[in-house]
Amino acid sequence: MATVATTPSVDTLPKRANPLWQFIKSQPLGMVGFLIILLYVVFAVAAAEISPFDPESIDFGAMLSGPSHEHLFGTDQYGRDVFSRIVYGSRTALAVGIISAVAGCTIGALIGAAAGYFGGRIDNLIQRVVDIMLSFPIIVLAMVVVAVLGKRTLLGIDMNLIAAITLPIIPRMERVARASTLSLVAMPFIDAARAAGYSHSRIILRHITPNIVAPYLIMVSASMAQAILLEASLSFLGLGVTEPTPAWGLMLSGTSADFYQTAPWMILFPGLAITLAVFAFNLFGDSLRDWLDPKLKS
Amino acid sequence: MIWFIIRRLLLVIPTLIGVAVAVFFLIRVMPGDVVVVKLRADGANVSDETIQLERQRLGLDKPLYVQFADYMVGLARLDLGKSLWTGESVNKEIALRMPVSFQIALMASFIAVLIAIPLGTISALYRDTWIDHVVRVVAVSGLAIPSFWLGMLMILGLLLLFNWLPKIGYVSFWEDPVANLSVTIWPALSVGYRYAAVATRMMRSALLEVMREDYIRTARAKGVWTRLIMRRHALRNALLPVVTVIGLEFAFLIGGLVVTEQVFSINGIGKLFVDATTRGDFNLLQGLVLFIATIFIFVNLLVDLLYAWLDPRIRLS
Repeated sequence: MATVATTPSVDTLPKRANPLWQFIKSQPLGMVGFLIILLYVVFAVAAAEISPFDPESIDFGAMLSGPSHEHLFGTDQYGRDVFSRIVYGSRTALAVGIISAVAGCTIGALIGAAAGYFGGRIDNLIQRVVDIMLSFPIIVLAMVVVAVLGKRTLLGIDMNLIAAITLPIIPRMERVARASTLSLVAMPFIDAARAAGYSHSRIILRHITPNIVAPYLIMVSASMAQAILLEASLSFLGLGVTEPTPAWGLMLSGTSADFYQTAPWMILFPGLAITLAVFAFNLFGDSLRDWLDPKLKS
Repeated sequence: MIWFIIRRLLLVIPTLIGVAVAVFFLIRVMPGDVVVVKLRADGANVSDETIQLERQRLGLDKPLYVQFADYMVGLARLDLGKSLWTGESVNKEIALRMPVSFQIALMASFIAVLIAIPLGTISALYRDTWIDHVVRVVAVSGLAIPSFWLGMLMILGLLLLFNWLPKIGYVSFWEDPVANLSVTIWPALSVGYRYAAVATRMMRSALLEVMREDYIRTARAKGVWTRLIMRRHALRNALLPVVTVIGLEFAFLIGGLVVTEQVFSINGIGKLFVDATTRGDFNLLQGLVLFIATIFIFVNLLVDLLYAWLDPRIRLS
C-alpha cells in the first residue's frame, strides 16, 4: 500500500490482470468444467495407480455385488470392478476424444482457411463437398465409416474408430474457419502480406491461422464432448470399442440390460461418467467462447 | 415466395445427386464379402461355386461402373435395390420399419417444441433469477446425457417404481392408441430431451437478444404492456433462430433414434441401420443412408421455407 501511495501516477494506469485468474473470475462455471476435465485426465494418466482392481480380471466369486467399501461402484456380471473399469474407460474416452477432436478440427481449420483465402472455384467446390458431408447425421456418417473400414488397432486404439469420429467433425470446423477467414482476408495486413510477395501457404499458415485460434479452441472443446458421446454411442451399439477393453459405452451395452433390477449400478455409473465428461467439456467450451469472443459476451 | 420455393427446390437436386454418388463410393470401398459372411455364417461348408453363383445373382460380380450405373438408374426410378442379407427389396424393408421411427421422431419434435418455447421464454424473462438458473441447468444436462442412457434410466425407474416394463412390439396408433403410446412415449421422451434442451437454450438467447433491440425499447417507452410487447414484437422475432436450430437438430434426433431404438428393442429404421452395419449388407446400408440424408435435406428445406415465410427479408433478397 505504501508504494502505491508514493507513486500515484502508476496507480492510474490500468493493471493487466493475469489471464488465467481473469478466466477463473469471469467464468466460474468454465473453471468447474475444467476441474472435472482435470479429474478425468488424472484418472486416465494414473489409471493403474487409482483403480483398486485390474479392469479385465474376472472374479466369479464377486459377481454382481453391489457398491461396497471394497467395490466402490459394485461389480458386473463377470465380477469385474465397475469403478476400475470406469477409471480405465476414461483413458479410452479421452484418447479417442482428444485425437479425433484435434485431428478433425485441424484438418477442418486448414481446409476452411484455404477455402476462405482462395475463394472462387476452389471455395465453391469445397463448400459443395462440405454441404454433402453435413447432410449426413453425425452418427450415420460414423457408422458408415466403421462399416466400410472395419477394425485396425494401433497401440490398443482402434484407428478406424477414430477416423469414423474425426470425419463428421471436419466439415463443421471447416464452416467456422471459413467464416472467420473471410472476414480476415478483407483486412489490410493480409493485403500487406500479399504485396510483400509471400507465398499462399505462408499467408495461410503464418497470418490467417494464428487469427483463427480462438474459434479453433472453442471447436476443439465442443468436438471433444461430441466425440466422447459418439464413441460411447458406437461402443454401445457394438460398433466401437470391443470387449474386454474398458469403455463407458460398452459397459452399458449387450447383456448389461438383463441386470436392470439385480444390478442397477452397472447402468448408473458408466452413464454418469459419460454425462459428466460431456457436461464438463460443453461447460468449458461455452466459457471459453464467452471469454475469447467478446462479441458474444452478454 | 413461389419463386423462392422453386429456387430452393432446384438447389436440392445437385445436393441429392452428390449425396447419392458419395454414398455409393463411400460404401463400395468396404472390404470383406457379405456373401461369404452370409453363406458361411456358422462355419457351414459352402463351395466356392455356390458363393460365385450367389454373387452373380446379387450382381456383385459386375464391374464397379456397371454397378454404379444400375444404382443410379434404380434411383431415378426410386428403386433402392435389394437387401444382400434377406433378398427383400430395400424399399420394402424401409417402408416396413418407417412408421414407428417416424412416429417417435414426430412425437419427440412435438415434445421439444412444447417444452422449449415456454421454458426458454420464462428463462429469458426471469434472467439471472433462480428460475433461470434451474432452466439452464436442466438444458445443459440435456446436452450431456446420452439419449440411450436416459432411456435405460427410464426403464430402470419404471421397473423400480411400478415393476412395469414397456412392452416390446409395435402396434399401429389407429389400431390401439394406448398400447401404441405406451411403447413409443419412452423413446420419444429420451431423444426429445436433448432436442428440447437445445431449443430452450436457443429460445432464451434469441429472446434476450431481441429484448435489447431498439424497437422493444420504443414499444416500452410508448407504454405498451409487457405481454403485448412479448406477443407482437419479441416472440415473433425470437422464433427465427429457434426454427433454424430445430431443423439442424433434426439430425441429432435421427442419430439419437438409431441408438435409442436398441434400448427399447424397437424395430425401426435405427435398428435396421445397425443391423445393416453389423452384417455388412451394403445395399441396405446404402439405401438407408440415402434415405436418412434425403429426409434431413428435406427437413432443412422445410426449415428454410418456414424461415423465409417468417422473415420477409430473406425471400426478398
